[in-house]
Amino acid sequence: MFIHDTLLHRLKRGCETMTYPKGPVPALPDRHGGALRFDASRCASGCMACLPVCPTEALIRPNGAPAAMDLGRCIFCGDCVQACPEKAITQTNDHRLAARTREDLVLGDNGRDQVRLATALDDTLRKLFGRSLKLRQVSAGGCNACEADTNVLGTIGWDLGRFGIQFVASPRHADGLLITGPVSENMELALRKTYDALPEPKIVIAVGACAIAGGPFINHAEHRQGAANVVSVDLFIPGCPPHPLTILDGLLRLLGRLDQAATNR
Amino acid sequence: MSRRSPFTLLANGASLPWRKIADWPGDEFVRLSAAELERGARLVSWFGVPEPHGATRLVGVLAYDADNTLAVARSHPLTGTVPSITARQPQAHLFEREVFEEHGLRPVGHPWLKPVRRYGADGPGVMDFFKVDGAEVHEVAVGPVHAGIIEPGHFRFQCAGEDVLHLEIALGYQHRGIERALFGGPHRSTFAQMETIAGDTTVGHGTAHAMVMEGLAGADEAPLRAQWLRAIALELERLANHTGDIGALAGDVAFLPTQSACGKIRGDLLNLTAAICGNRFGRGLVRPGGCRHDLEPDRVRQVTPRLEQALKDVLQACEWMWDAASVRARFENTGPVTAEQAREIGLVGLAARSCGLVRDVRFDQPAGWHRFGQVPVAVWPGGDVFARARVRTIEIERSGRYLLEQLASPPEGPVFTQATAPVADTFAVALVEGWRGEICHAVLTGTDGRYRRYKITDPSFHNWTGLALALRGQAISDFPVCNKSFSLSYCGFDL
Repeated sequence: MFIHDTLLHRLKRGCETMTYPKGPVPALPDRHGGALRFDASRCASGCMACLPVCPTEALIRPNGAPAAMDLGRCIFCGDCVQACPEKAITQTNDHRLAARTREDLVLGDNGRDQVRLATALDDTLRKLFGRSLKLRQVSAGGCNACEADTNVLGTIGWDLGRFGIQFVASPRHADGLLITGPVSENMELALRKTYDALPEPKIVIAVGACAIAGGPFINHAEHRQGAANVVSVDLFIPGCPPHPLTILDGLLRLLGRLDQAATNR
Repeated sequence: MSRRSPFTLLANGASLPWRKIADWPGDEFVRLSAAELERGARLVSWFGVPEPHGATRLVGVLAYDADNTLAVARSHPLTGTVPSITARQPQAHLFEREVFEEHGLRPVGHPWLKPVRRYGADGPGVMDFFKVDGAEVHEVAVGPVHAGIIEPGHFRFQCAGEDVLHLEIALGYQHRGIERALFGGPHRSTFAQMETIAGDTTVGHGTAHAMVMEGLAGADEAPLRAQWLRAIALELERLANHTGDIGALAGDVAFLPTQSACGKIRGDLLNLTAAICGNRFGRGLVRPGGCRHDLEPDRVRQVTPRLEQALKDVLQACEWMWDAASVRARFENTGPVTAEQAREIGLVGLAARSCGLVRDVRFDQPAGWHRFGQVPVAVWPGGDVFARARVRTIEIERSGRYLLEQLASPPEGPVFTQATAPVADTFAVALVEGWRGEICHAVLTGTDGRYRRYKITDPSFHNWTGLALALRGQAISDFPVCNKSFSLSYCGFDL
């Protein structure tokens, strides 16, 4: 009976994979907010209103200096958006957040008001990985949210396989690592061993606030404050957890698989 | 039964002055606790509170489920050793190991005393494991890094051929120091940490934390509308996770139609939570004092038809699976845990209900909205993978129906009132039935009203032992489907 039912159901539903990136970008939920924009020139002199509400110390303002906001630390709770009397911090509803360096995620004092989005890998690596990227995932102190929203990319709605991207069961089969979690002390050795087991050349992707800087657990002694303190990271994808669309955008951006129009900022 | 209890009674979500809690010498505390557990009480939590001069007080939280009440007692400050309760009550075995690891208080007579999360430089997988001797016996080590997108844990099997004689599970890889950091709190990072104890249980742990904070503040309870919204978010969380697990169970026995359908539907359900608060996991929704977002009538009208569709889809996908004899044959008698074992090791939540035990905080210890709106408890006998999948299916159906009922009849009023500061020298405890089972947050404030001890017990802390027992006598190739049928949290255990 189920054979008949499932086939009928399939026929009725048709293809359930989203058309993005060829088609339109799916909308983020209205309360999600997306990437944050921070216009430090609007900060009133001496104003510190946003600093105490940030749970992860993503906002700093050293004495007299302009304020800075580190989206690598940010968990996008939006409390600073509410707290800012000058409306210097705003939500953009933009899903794009991935960057190639930690510095590219810092806004404010450097004159940048939005993330400098990731550029593609160099030509040699693009030639190797652009149409086929096999990743090994290591959760190193993650809470299973970044893991879950990475996993979801493999479901029929997202179908990561259509880009040639796949998660594999052995580091020996992998071109890169996708790391979640702040790298707990107890996982450091396993992460290093996994990294070493990958053949060269290899890339590393840090997904989520924890893997970038420690996230909600920032400054705890029980972990390494992010993947970059253990291995060299090629792509940082912020969020707590990042929306699947943000992760997909980061992966495609790194492989140079998005149109110029979507890439530019 | 609770009427004759020597423990101090308190309701779920309530608080007590610390000095009013029954207080006995160490030996007496252990003896009385064991006696209450033998009379049928259930061990909810068991932990140490640091005292001056390196001493530790033990605190025990029990549940008298039939009487819908919790109870608490404490020992005098202790140093060195204390008689073990585990020999009489195996459900305490990990709690005693934890106390030993954190406070150095040695439970004399504990049969298997070793670390829980903190190991030497080589990590949790490198230590003495229980070993079976014999020429035909071999050992299989799995993890910490697994073959999919899964959290890390180490599994050590003693096998004779394909058959598992014994499984020992070593966790701690995800340890992030959550309880240690809570000392002197709440801090500004506290709520974000509570929402990420186990990221797939954001609403469950967030609600438990909000409840103890409201309990500590005294008479203030969150507004009714906030409690309604928390109950809705909790059931959405259950639906999404159960749907994902049904899909994964189908995948583990190579039944692909249900696997691929459920992967998509789980996302649809997460998106409903995101429609309420912006985040697919419910982050930023629950706060001490209420909820940070409202679910306005317009939004209810938008969410309800989407929920109806998702429910229809997931129940259809479940039906395909239950209709397939090949699936039923793989689930039946795979990874069984008896009701007797479940009682002995203190299983909670879905795993306990799949052994035929009626254990559900929403029913046994109702608090918040569950005092007004009930979900019928889903129970199935057998304790095998079949039963655990069956209970999930029933719960999807019942949670779905409950959600539709509740969405149709919201209470009026605000969703947030500013919670007042915690009262000094006060103990509070809150239980929430998360999708895996009973979540317990217990907290004690010091003279300054800050946290002196904050103890978190994720349902996984009780239930990992259940997985180890389920594997006995099974083929090792059935480990993935057994593991998935429990679907326990690594980080929720590791803290």
